[in-house]
Amino acid sequence: MITTPLTKNVHEDRRVVLVEDYEANGGYQGARKSITQMTPSECLQVIKDSNLRGRGGAGFPTGMKWSFVPMDNVSPGHKYLVCNADEMEPGTFKDRLLMECDPHQLIEGMICGSYTIQADIAYIFLRGEYVKAAETLSQAIKECYAKGYLGRSIMGTNYSLDLYLHTSAGRYICGEETALINSLEGKRANPRAKPPFPQVSGLWGRPTIVNNVETLCNISHILDHGPEWFQELGIGEDAGTKMYGVSGNVQNPGCWELPIGTTIREILEVHAGGMLPGYSFRGLLPGGGSTDFLVEEHLDLAMDYGTIGKAGSRMGTGTMIILDDKTCPVGMVKNLIDFFAHESCGFCTPCRDGLPQTAHILQDMSSGKGETRDIETLERLVKFIGSIGNTHCALAPGAMEPLQSAMKYFPEDFERHAEGKKCNYCETD
Amino acid sequence: MPTIVIDGKEYEVPQGENILEACLGLGLDLPYFCWHPAMGSIGSCRQCAIIQYQNPEDERGKLVMGCMTPVQDGARFSITNEAAASFREFIIESLMVNHPHDCPVCAEGGECHLQDMTVMAGHRDRRYRGLKKTHRNQYLGPLIHHEMNRCITCYRCVRFYKDYAGGSDLSAMASHDHVYFGRHEDGKLESPFSGNLVEVCPTGVFTDKHLVNDYTRKWDLQSAPSICPGCSVGCNTSPGERYGKLKRVHNRYNPDINGYFLCDKGRFGATYVNSEKRIPAVGRRSKDGLFDAIDSSQALTAIAKGLSTSKVIGIGSPRASIETNFALQNLVGQQNFCTGISETETALVSACIEAIKESGAKIPSPREIERCDAILILGEDVTNTATRIALSLRQAVRNEAYNMAEGLQLQSWQDAATRNLAQDERSPLFLASPHATQLDDIAEGIFNLSPSNIAHLGYSVASLIEGKKDDAATKTDANDYGNIAEALLKAERPLIISGTGVTDTSVVKAASSIASALVAKGKETYLSLIYQEANTLGITLLDQGQGPSLSNIFEQGENNNIQTLIIVENDLYRRAAKHKVDKLLQAADQVIVLDIMDNETCTQADIVIPASSFAECEGTLINFEGRAQRHFPVFESKHPCRPSWEWLTEIGKLSSNKNMLEWQCFDDINKACSESSSTLTGINEVAPDRKYRVGGRKIPRQPHRYSGRTAMVANLSVHEPKQTDDTETPLGFTMEGHSGDRPGELIPFVWAPGWNSNHSVHKLQTGSEGELKGGRSVVKIESKNLIQSKQQVKSVSQNNDQDHFIAVAMYKFFGTGELSSQSPGIIELCESESIELAIEAADKLGVSNGDGVTAHGVNGAVDLEVKINDSLISNCVGIIQGMPGAANINPGEGLSLTRSENWVRRSEIISSDQLGSKNV
Repeated sequence: MITTPLTKNVHEDRRVVLVEDYEANGGYQGARKSITQMTPSECLQVIKDSNLRGRGGAGFPTGMKWSFVPMDNVSPGHKYLVCNADEMEPGTFKDRLLMECDPHQLIEGMICGSYTIQADIAYIFLRGEYVKAAETLSQAIKECYAKGYLGRSIMGTNYSLDLYLHTSAGRYICGEETALINSLEGKRANPRAKPPFPQVSGLWGRPTIVNNVETLCNISHILDHGPEWFQELGIGEDAGTKMYGVSGNVQNPGCWELPIGTTIREILEVHAGGMLPGYSFRGLLPGGGSTDFLVEEHLDLAMDYGTIGKAGSRMGTGTMIILDDKTCPVGMVKNLIDFFAHESCGFCTPCRDGLPQTAHILQDMSSGKGETRDIETLERLVKFIGSIGNTHCALAPGAMEPLQSAMKYFPEDFERHAEGKKCNYCETD
Repeated sequence: MPTIVIDGKEYEVPQGENILEACLGLGLDLPYFCWHPAMGSIGSCRQCAIIQYQNPEDERGKLVMGCMTPVQDGARFSITNEAAASFREFIIESLMVNHPHDCPVCAEGGECHLQDMTVMAGHRDRRYRGLKKTHRNQYLGPLIHHEMNRCITCYRCVRFYKDYAGGSDLSAMASHDHVYFGRHEDGKLESPFSGNLVEVCPTGVFTDKHLVNDYTRKWDLQSAPSICPGCSVGCNTSPGERYGKLKRVHNRYNPDINGYFLCDKGRFGATYVNSEKRIPAVGRRSKDGLFDAIDSSQALTAIAKGLSTSKVIGIGSPRASIETNFALQNLVGQQNFCTGISETETALVSACIEAIKESGAKIPSPREIERCDAILILGEDVTNTATRIALSLRQAVRNEAYNMAEGLQLQSWQDAATRNLAQDERSPLFLASPHATQLDDIAEGIFNLSPSNIAHLGYSVASLIEGKKDDAATKTDANDYGNIAEALLKAERPLIISGTGVTDTSVVKAASSIASALVAKGKETYLSLIYQEANTLGITLLDQGQGPSLSNIFEQGENNNIQTLIIVENDLYRRAAKHKVDKLLQAADQVIVLDIMDNETCTQADIVIPASSFAECEGTLINFEGRAQRHFPVFESKHPCRPSWEWLTEIGKLSSNKNMLEWQCFDDINKACSESSSTLTGINEVAPDRKYRVGGRKIPRQPHRYSGRTAMVANLSVHEPKQTDDTETPLGFTMEGHSGDRPGELIPFVWAPGWNSNHSVHKLQTGSEGELKGGRSVVKIESKNLIQSKQQVKSVSQNNDQDHFIAVAMYKFFGTGELSSQSPGIIELCESESIELAIEAADKLGVSNGDGVTAHGVNGAVDLEVKINDSLISNCVGIIQGMPGAANINPGEGLSLTRSENWVRRSEIISSDQLGSKNV
């Protein structure tokens, strides 16, 4: 039984998997099976039954997302499937591995997904800096057209699909699906207000599904091996495997495909090899820069959506950033807030003007110019910026997650800085 | 209507609104920035946050944005809830992080929405201790001043400029807290609606450059309800004055016509009122040819004497009020009163009136135009001749988007969502014109045709609507025309637009036949016909085709039948060929000119009398719909200037004219005019008369904070002078009086407690984009009462052989208007006079841009500068109307062109000159 479907083809030396090798290893079987033997609604049912949840960060059930796409022909016109490959979450590099090493897996997933929602055009919205992925994907798309996996009458059926690679001009907010759509249309990458949801009115106003790379990579395997197989891959409530990553001062930073629900401790201590000598663990951001800190007491929790959510954080992208005892949490949060303030699209007030205020206070604090009232001001900013609904999209609330949890778990560091005292680890002038 | 609960109180609110709109409609204060009643919601500023409760038991509630939350029956909200109030305060605090503290020197101060909202939201203490972000400002042309540091990033400017008005040279650039609103480089904003940025911007980023350079606070401006005299649309305006100078023009809300927006000519084209070219005194030409200022009574007596002893002809004007023209008509008698409109134009206006009477179609207001869902424009260059209507047309083509949105249960105020859904889907608009127009970007079909072929297209479409086969059309034409007919038939409210602009009566007749055909098919059909000037329709209706035509006057002049010629507010050199006007003015023994500004006709006058401008006198104008509207004096005329109707009445009294003896005031003239013919019945109901009072009080022209009244004349006297009594109108030159609900036609400026900016207009409305609480009189001339002129012109001899070009009238937004072109700011935007040629024509003549050609026509030869217009069809040449040479060429006539060998090209401006002209 395949236990690591996503990385089973990946070579040790990370050279790209060629189309012949991909096919030889069971590639394009999922696509062939679905397009030639299954109806779109049957495919949808399989995905629903598999309990696959979106791997981009929010964990929304993929089958349910797809089921919102109108399948009648009341309004004829294009439908779109868009792959969100704009991987810009701080500390996250899982999609990069999948695309650079095994591009056909993503394309096959997109063919299956497009067929399921009956999309006739698909896009890969790729982070501009992923130059190598752009090369491997372009080559793979070319091969697919040559082999008849893309284009007119795929695999002899009357289903047709065109797939385009779009390399992003580069902004974090393009990872937000509606901002991505605006960007793809050539507009400012501002998120759109919902409703209407993209499933109904997305790219060019037409029904559109936007999925993360890792989500789409799972599709062909699920269709090929069935939902039960997929369910069994996971350890806890969630199904499948997950690309977990660890960065920070650990022995062996990296990215591994593990059963979803593996504990944090196993990922950190077994796969990442534990902390580097001389460093000890203080906390971690479980799923990228925009998730709440977890600490020592959480290490035995399973890394799945429900468990991490209950602990007050989010699984996010599943790629952790480790905070050690020789790094100041105030400085680390300042770094993150600087990033998010800079990546704000500038559309709504709390994000555009609130994040820079936050960044400014953290700058003052980390450079020894903190004032006692700063903690209260930060709490106020967290309160107003940090709630979904107060802002136009989830960027600013996400940005506030590491700050609010750092203030909760590491109050002594914030107090020290608020008194204008010197910090051993922050660069003070 | 849904019932909602706000802070424990039940309210009934209109179905389909959002909760912000509903709150404002109920008179509840809720601060906002990015929402605009005409542009809908996008949810960017987050200022209108309120609490929504799930049910009566829910005590915590959820923070929602008022502008993005639809009202639903039973929904419960709180504005005063602490969580919402403190969030709104936080939003202002955040906006203020980078906003400069320059209110005392900011042109927006005192009418700034940001100031109002800051006070309303309660922000006082600043926590941020860093530096403010700063930007570089841009030169945006002579009309608009740019001060980017004041920006609060509400996106209203680009939403208006690009989304609403179709402009392309203003964008949001960069991101995070560096978002910049401007052009890609310094330069004049291209949209003819750019001036609305001044009012759309909630703070002082875009301000009126004329006002900035000669500044007065809103509270120190004296204003009056006025009507824009710039074209036949009749937008409602609110001009403001101080120290005897017109400082600025603001929009005056009229739900039928201009709504919230004006065009730039209307907004910036009125400051000619302050011009040094105003006629300063009553003058008589002395023997040496110069004017001597004389006492007005002396002049009037002399004129009156001449009236009783000689043959007198009066020439009125389509830019003067009904009352002025009526007074002149009474003074000289109907048989001696000429409208002063050229014969070609008179014939066109007659054709328009006939079209309205005979087609049975409705004449739409601009607001009704916005609801039309299929449009055909025949010949009229709407953006240049009736600019505000072009903005309405841009909204009309969005009806398809609203239909699509309805399918997804999206309310029309969901602006971004509706635009994203519809993308480029538009309701059909077809355009036929001899050249490219500024509406081409929203047209489904564009037909570049000569005027006679435009008429042909029109007739073909009419036949197709009637179900007849059109044999004359070629196969491709038949397809195209079929599409037009089909789209018009499919529409719920089809609209045909034409007018006098294309100067071909057959085009107007073709428009009429399409409208008739649609009416016959039972369609709710609209027909909109555009005229050249503010009162063209009015004076035509007054004349009723009874008076002599302009060429008849020229003939009388040639036969030496005219002793006295009274010309009122009309520069004849713009109406007819120079040699004809010269001859007429020389033939008359005495030429008397009443006008506002010096012009070529004045230079030939024996007596010149200074007339008040629209901003200094009362008057009634009839717009393209036949809607009569009143403008009131904003400030007193400078001595010895007086309204033309007043001068003429006085002359009438001196000459014992029995009709005029009883006229004591404006209302008497207006009433007499209303009673004079069934057509003009009702123009005395356009606005309340001078006796109108509320609780015994008049309507003040000055806000209650009007300051420095004593200081204004302190150089002359330290005693406060008594305010002038206004005996002519219901308004007072004072800050005292009634400022509650007033009829719409008597609102000089908008203000409400806590709302100092123009946003206060919602306090006077019954809902966003709604009717005014104080009511509004709507007087429209009924089409059954229209009497068309009997005059018919002999058709202009057309030389349509290969060596001749058809002269086509062209209009320039800046330049064609007689008076607006003399307003500071606009002067430098006016294009120079030229003849526009297609590339093929230019090649044939061997000329390029800047060379000269001599145009030989019925009035002789005229030398004109060449401007190549590659959108023109090759057998037509464009003659820019309103320029000195243009009157010598009749639109429609065949011209033979030769290269002008003696032409001297204008020297190129060197770059340092250009820098000098960019006087920021």
